[in-house]
Amino acid sequence: MPLKSIVVTAIIAFAAGLVFASFAGYELFIPGLLEGTWITIKITLGGALLAVVAAFIAALAKMYGPAPIRWLATCYIEVFRGTSALVQLFWLFFVLPQLGVTLSPMMSAILALGLNIGAYGAEVVRGGINGVSRDQWEATIALNMSRPLALRRIILPQAFIAMIPPWGNLFIELLKSTSLVSLITISDLTFRAQQMNQATFRTLEIFTLVLLIYLGISLLITFGMRALERIATGGIVRGRAS
Amino acid sequence: MVRFSGVTKRYGDLTVLDNLDLDVAPQEKVAIIGPSGSGKTTVLRMLMTLERIDDGVIYVDGRPLTHMESNGGLVRANEKYLRSVRGDIGMVFQHFNLFPHMTVLRNCTEAPINVLGLPKAQAEERAVELLELVGLGDKLGEYPQRLSGGQKQRVAIARALAMRPKVMLFDEVTSALDPELVGEVLNAIRMLGKQFQLTMLMVTHQMGFAKEFADRVCFFYEGKIHEEGPPEQIFNAPERERTQQFLSAVLEAG
Ligand SMILES: Nc1ncnc2c1ncn2[C@@H]1O[C@H](COP(=O)(O)OP(=O)(O)O)[C@@H](O)[C@H]1O
Ligand SMILES: [Mg+2]
Repeated sequence: MPLKSIVVTAIIAFAAGLVFASFAGYELFIPGLLEGTWITIKITLGGALLAVVAAFIAALAKMYGPAPIRWLATCYIEVFRGTSALVQLFWLFFVLPQLGVTLSPMMSAILALGLNIGAYGAEVVRGGINGVSRDQWEATIALNMSRPLALRRIILPQAFIAMIPPWGNLFIELLKSTSLVSLITISDLTFRAQQMNQATFRTLEIFTLVLLIYLGISLLITFGMRALERIATGGIVRGRAS
Repeated sequence: MVRFSGVTKRYGDLTVLDNLDLDVAPQEKVAIIGPSGSGKTTVLRMLMTLERIDDGVIYVDGRPLTHMESNGGLVRANEKYLRSVRGDIGMVFQHFNLFPHMTVLRNCTEAPINVLGLPKAQAEERAVELLELVGLGDKLGEYPQRLSGGQKQRVAIARALAMRPKVMLFDEVTSALDPELVGEVLNAIRMLGKQFQLTMLMVTHQMGFAKEFADRVCFFYEGKIHEEGPPEQIFNAPERERTQQFLSAVLEAG
């Protein structure tokens, strides 16, 4: 699998190289695009952090909380999964100020996208926890552990490993959805590209570059998550309880 | 030490345990035998609080297990009370249920440290002592996955004993093992039975072991104790027809 993605990346890079070789002056766009890239990365990182926190809180609340908390968590998950990220973004940015709460564009972006991905993440966390075999819970009861202790020390560490690949997918979803923030005045990578395109009409060079930058970041996420999985697995073979 | 009083367990329409009475004295070793589906595992699981009781009461050391006294009556136990009674009981499972992400040593110190509140050094000392007793003193840093079934089960026994229970439950602890590994696990149980003052309930298909080790044998049939008595009587001169049938079938099989 890693070999395959490396080959694919190499082919794309080679093709891109051929394209660029036939155009002079594309480096003119690079500084501007990199500035946009930095904004995109900041939103992705902030959103990812928020998503993970929100997902764990929502999942644990939904699984183990008392009724009102469970209900709140369910509401959060359903609302954010059941409506589009764009609408959530607009709502935070354009509607909240009318209710007296004004957030900066960056804040709105991180909040909307992080909470959106977090709602999907909550289901990933729930699936991971449910994926740990009942035998493990029974062992914790036989050792007289309390449920929070069992969850923290026995169940979550095992669930965590199974959650890493689906979280990788969600982070890539998050990265792609950051292009929406160009619609609330943030000059991210997509916004910069559109701006330059309108000024120069060099559509081919600009959007090919943008494509490659997004691809690069998402490959970085993929490799990062794979490394994390290797570290987390350590001595254990996944999915095999003892 | 343990007393089942009119205990009933149902799954839907199926009555798995039917008004069971069973009294186990302190340090008594009781072997539970019987055909598959007769409710043997269920008895242990209810005592370990892994299953709800539908009717009746289980007493452990004189205290009702799933109910507590309140204003002169019995009410359903809360978590705190349940955990205080449950501390007297330990269980070893057929499929070991070790924690795969922890070393052998950590498997045995995790609960003593975090449940009993032992200092780490003392918990480790206790765990090492037990692991050496079951012949695994050289596997402390190993992960469960790299152990044989017999070794896993011995770790599971040490892990349960590290909590210093008064009552130990064994549910077919050699059934998942290759035949040549059965002996080492039975030896470990034998040794610990001598070393510690334990009350034991063990579900087993090892008739030879039951005969030699148990003080009493209970033959379960359809959710009831069909016949019980000292091992010599049950194995050599069973009175009831079902018991005779079961024993001859088991002995024939090997
Ligand atoms: N969780 C469950 N749901 C429904 N039926 C169950 C469940 N657990 C056990 N049973 C049934 O209860 C009966 C007794 O089971 P068990 O105590 O495991 O028997 P044994 O250990 O003697 O083979 C069996 O008929 C079994 O199918
Ligand atoms: Mg059974």
